[in-house]
Amino acid sequence: MAANASQAKTARGPDAAFILKKAVISALVALVLFSLMIGIRTEAGSDGQLTWWTRFGDLAAMVAVVFGGSIVMELLRRWWGPVDTVRVVPPSAQKVFSFAGRALVPALLIFTFLVPVIFYDERYILDLGILVLTYVMLGWGLNVVVGLAGLLDLGYVAFYAVGAYSYALLATNFGLSFWICLPLAGILAAFFGVLLGFPVLRLRGDYLAIVTLAFGEIIRLVIINWQTLTGGPNGVSGIPRPTMFGIPLTPGDDGLAALLGIEFSPTHRIVFLFYLILALALLTNWVTIRLRRLPIGRAWEALREDEVACRALGINTTTTKLTAFATGAMFGGFAGAFFATRQGFISPESFTFHESALVLAIVVLGGMGSQLGVALAALAMIGGFELFRGLEQFRMLVFGGAMVLLMIWRPRGLIGHRAPTVFLERNTVISSDLVKEGHG
Amino acid sequence: MNINDILSVENLTMRFGGIVAVNDLSFTAERGKITALIGPNGAGKTTVFNCITGFYKPTSGTIRLRNGDDEWRLEKLNDFRISKIAKVARTFQNIRLFPGMTALENLMVAQHNTLMRASGFTFLGLFGVPSYRAAEKAAIDLARYWLDQIDLLERADDAAGNLPYGDQRRLEIARAMCTEPALLCLDEPAAGLNARESAALNELLLKIRADHGTSILLIEHDMSVVMEISDHINVLDYGVQIADGTPQEIRDNPKVIAAYLGADEEEAIAVMEGET
Repeated sequence: MAANASQAKTARGPDAAFILKKAVISALVALVLFSLMIGIRTEAGSDGQLTWWTRFGDLAAMVAVVFGGSIVMELLRRWWGPVDTVRVVPPSAQKVFSFAGRALVPALLIFTFLVPVIFYDERYILDLGILVLTYVMLGWGLNVVVGLAGLLDLGYVAFYAVGAYSYALLATNFGLSFWICLPLAGILAAFFGVLLGFPVLRLRGDYLAIVTLAFGEIIRLVIINWQTLTGGPNGVSGIPRPTMFGIPLTPGDDGLAALLGIEFSPTHRIVFLFYLILALALLTNWVTIRLRRLPIGRAWEALREDEVACRALGINTTTTKLTAFATGAMFGGFAGAFFATRQGFISPESFTFHESALVLAIVVLGGMGSQLGVALAALAMIGGFELFRGLEQFRMLVFGGAMVLLMIWRPRGLIGHRAPTVFLERNTVISSDLVKEGHG
Repeated sequence: MNINDILSVENLTMRFGGIVAVNDLSFTAERGKITALIGPNGAGKTTVFNCITGFYKPTSGTIRLRNGDDEWRLEKLNDFRISKIAKVARTFQNIRLFPGMTALENLMVAQHNTLMRASGFTFLGLFGVPSYRAAEKAAIDLARYWLDQIDLLERADDAAGNLPYGDQRRLEIARAMCTEPALLCLDEPAAGLNARESAALNELLLKIRADHGTSILLIEHDMSVVMEISDHINVLDYGVQIADGTPQEIRDNPKVIAAYLGADEEEAIAVMEGET
């Protein structure tokens, strides 16, 4: 490794030649490809005959972009590149990075707490914040199943739906309050997690993914077709809004605003919802961090690393898998109950496969098993997606491009390394290429 | 079953379709001794191991394990229960550590069942009750002890996947010992080790037997290990036992020599003398 680094330093000259050569080759390939695709434009003329003209300016621009882009890519690779390349980041920059890395979590947390204060008048930002936090919570919940236990779950939205419908139906039919329904929604979702867990215990990898995918669809189809209970495609409306431990957030005389003697504003409820989902997400985070350091969490990670070795050590892999499914599902259920109370209306359309895929993408892009990575990925995926809304149809392009870049530089997700759960002397992170992804 | 035996395999047969991997095999392993299982490649040694540790369900036959007053029929137990209740631990021919976890974490996972009880099946541990913290500290101490025994204390916080091959082999043995087994089954622990590492392994196994009274069942090709530390050797060929006895008896047994290297006796004797 040391030899490699010194080699890279001394070999600056040939290095530049290599980068240039690579760029020239890329540009040549681009020239050949684009010469017909972009260089020549053909169209049907007025009488149906072929008319064509050349666009050498566009062609030159494209080739120049590829040439420049190749150089920039190669230089960036050397800076943050994948784990196997030699990095030539100067020590001063390294120091800044490491400080930024340590300050990131507290800074993010403080900023999140202050969001309703800073953006009090901007309803759009608050709503977006709530949406992002909902996905952060879902990501953290799924992280238990996919990131820690290594069980690929493509039907996570099922538990989100179970939680949402549990609250909606219990509240509208029996008038139970949000704070009673919240744990019930979690328990019911966990129960469904175990229910899904049993049939898939023997499955691995692709097969597990397919069955969980089907499970998500089954739940959605049951909701659509069991009209007497769930209202079918019409959904459930009139779901009660949450109260602040019994004090409603309404303009009435018994509302919070009247009690505090301040003027009523609909923003109060939004701010309350923001802190509610923040609290739920932080609870998820706290529990997950604690569980990782308990025997059950270590067993989950060991299961991801090597299931056969687990059984040889006397670990009951059946119950270990089921607890992972149940724990992840429970957090999904909490998030679902929150979703129902925020929307006031739910229908099966909110629980399509698209949601499962989005949450899974957040976990995988964030770095499986990393709490911070998942939070950042949720922010980028949900927040970033909204940010580029002005770009209309180009936002999918930006999104796709960002994903390709991420796969090049961070194939194991934003934060792919793993922090040990216990240590004797040194708390050193474990490089991402040693950590397994699990295989079912 | 003799009172001194910890393990008794009786009429064990294992068929895979038409292939008979193990045929009516019977042998015993004495308590507190090192018993070796040797034989040419494909003789069925690992199959016997997989039957004992529950990874295969034998076609027929019984496997009894006596630990104190308890007697277990291993062929009827699930694989994880064999380790959890009957206290049989094993290592694998191709090392199966948890590569993305540190050496210390590997040893902590091995103490899962003890820690699970101490953490009140997670519920008490979640709130960090003192009794769980004490149990965790005890578990770390046990892990520290075993890391010290295998000379890996300095690398306790390194990922297991980053350790050199020989260290990984020893760590896997330490991990098995952290389950506090009565019988330790080692599948080719010396494979891929150099002469110095093999010697260190011998020392470690003799120490395990002396200090902890753990009985050891060993599959091995490296004769310098087998002949030096085994108290008793069983020789398998084509799934049947062809000889058993002390290392000296096995060394002189013409049947064994023939099985090992065909008819070329001189070469076979060279192997048995430990010149590999």
